[in-house]
Amino acid sequence: MTELNEILLEVKDLKTHFHTKHGVSKAVDGIDFTLRKGETLGIVGESGCGKSITSLSILRLIPSPPGKIAGGQILYKGRDLVTLPDNEMRKIRGNDISMIFQEPMTSLNPVIPVGEQIAEAIRLHQKMSKKEARLKAVDMLKLVGIPSPEKRAKQEPFQLSGGMRQRVMIAMALSCNPEVLIADEPTTALDVTIQAQILELIKELQARLGMGVMMITHDLGVVAETCDTVAVMYAGNIVEHASTQNLFDDPKHPYTRGLLASLPKIDEDRDELYTIEGSVPSAYNMPVGCRFASRCEFAQAVCLEKKPDLIEQSDGTKVRCWMYSDEWAGAKPTEEVFN
Amino acid sequence: MKIAEEKKVLLEVANLKQYFSVKKDSIFKPKTYVKAVDDISFVVNEGETLSIVGESGCGKSTTGRSILKLDEPTGGKVIYAGRNLVDLSRKEMRDLRGDLQVIFQDPFASLNPRQTIKQILTEAMTIQQSVPKPLQKDRMAELLNLVGLPTEALNRYPHEFSGGQRQRIGIARALAVDPKLIICDEAVSALDVSIQAQILNLLKKLQKQFQLTFLFISHDLSVVRHISDRVMVMYLGKIVEISDKKDLFDNPLHPYTKALLSSIPATNPSIKNERILLKGDVPSPINPPSGCRFHTRCPFAADRCKTEEPALRELEPDHFVSCHFAEELAQ
Repeated sequence: MTELNEILLEVKDLKTHFHTKHGVSKAVDGIDFTLRKGETLGIVGESGCGKSITSLSILRLIPSPPGKIAGGQILYKGRDLVTLPDNEMRKIRGNDISMIFQEPMTSLNPVIPVGEQIAEAIRLHQKMSKKEARLKAVDMLKLVGIPSPEKRAKQEPFQLSGGMRQRVMIAMALSCNPEVLIADEPTTALDVTIQAQILELIKELQARLGMGVMMITHDLGVVAETCDTVAVMYAGNIVEHASTQNLFDDPKHPYTRGLLASLPKIDEDRDELYTIEGSVPSAYNMPVGCRFASRCEFAQAVCLEKKPDLIEQSDGTKVRCWMYSDEWAGAKPTEEVFN
Repeated sequence: MKIAEEKKVLLEVANLKQYFSVKKDSIFKPKTYVKAVDDISFVVNEGETLSIVGESGCGKSTTGRSILKLDEPTGGKVIYAGRNLVDLSRKEMRDLRGDLQVIFQDPFASLNPRQTIKQILTEAMTIQQSVPKPLQKDRMAELLNLVGLPTEALNRYPHEFSGGQRQRIGIARALAVDPKLIICDEAVSALDVSIQAQILNLLKKLQKQFQLTFLFISHDLSVVRHISDRVMVMYLGKIVEISDKKDLFDNPLHPYTKALLSSIPATNPSIKNERILLKGDVPSPINPPSGCRFHTRCPFAADRCKTEEPALRELEPDHFVSCHFAEELAQ
């Protein structure tokens, strides 16, 4: 991971806002990260933290109005996607950067055979005859491990099971050899045994094809399983950005620590789970200080007044919390608090 | 942890069957059925949490619904308080519904959007006559307090609450009629982890306080491990394993249970489990495989598994498994 690989995607101070009749909702409010070739970056957080909006912003799929990329840059190999004209963007979408969604049934056309749909995606980006594209589609289905791909290519989505449909989505996403694959909750709708198959498949294909993968998920187990680095999001901000190993061994932000502690563990018995009290602040009315302060056990006066920056620690983890700055006067939490 | 006292059976399910007929291709063809639940028997002891786990389509939710007669069972017995629920009329069943409550996955879909919380709770109490009219107001305040909602919530509508709060309302409604058994059908599956932890703690607290019995239906094995006393694993309408929680997680006997447990993503990247990857998908319940239903995906399947259906047998004390080769695999 320390190898200096080619940077594929660089997101700088991205802001995506929604202008609604209730006011401005700052769904994503200034986030930065980079994605390198061959790396898997996890973006994790609870509902409404802005993780999906981040991925949709990268592909410029935010419905506008009411949504708008209000600021920042998304650099793909040095080109800023935010200012790219629509026809240029269309060339990138699905070709250089592609995406798989949570529910394959809603993203596949229900009345067109799946092979046809994959072929359509191929022909959109590559000069190929219909016949060639169809053959390539069958190849792709074989690549993602669908048995008897020739037969399956002629079937409609409803004839396939959930796991198989997700494989079709992956086949379609990979059909143009993308450099970046964005997987938005790719296994959330699947059963655990099928989830294990799909995660295994994504990992294997990534190793073979060398893409950069962005894994958007709410499931910390999926992160532990697949990611190299993780960005934890809370209320439109990244609150902690660390290597996966560091995040699980030595989580820093009180939110991350609370999240990990509130997870029931498969190998451990405890009577009561740790809970993070309260709920996320409204996106229309974000507090001026730290956005987690109202739910944080360790919050001091400074947390309510000023928003902390992402502060880099000695182990490379970046954390948005006053506790890790030099000005911190209060007590630092010990492990026991989260047990 | 429960003390090993004498267990009293609260609910007994014997040979329960739930078939749903499927649309036929032609009127000349015989009727086909989805055997969602196919001849299962188990007991629920008083004060315990029995969990049913399995993948989608294994019949876990159908089992819960058949017990409550939300779907009329095709066959078998459900014995509660000495009476077979399957034979009861709708009216007789209604009198018993006060004892048997259910909490659903999606709290928004199970609360009437046009009723205030007050109306929702009043309706439950009035139908079951669990609380006399003059006392209802106090009882409502008490219920909200129990589930951790402010009293002001009474005059608000479901849409004004967050997912976790709505689930609390669902719990309050179930508690309003003083139930003995609550069936929690994926009750925390739609919630974020931090909210999920709050609801799980609440359920545990209420169980202690009111000696409730839970039948906890879930696909999430970590949650099941946290909340259960005993666990039952289902596959394609059959019970494959049922045992004490600790035994099941530490020493699973059925190959399916083993595969299921090994496919849970570990919450620490430094732990790399030996993973048993199952091939393929769950077969269709319309035409389940002959013999052992798991044989098409089982890494240890032999010829015998294809023809002979394994019975659920007690391999270790209180640890039942339905596999021909459980003894050999245990080694």
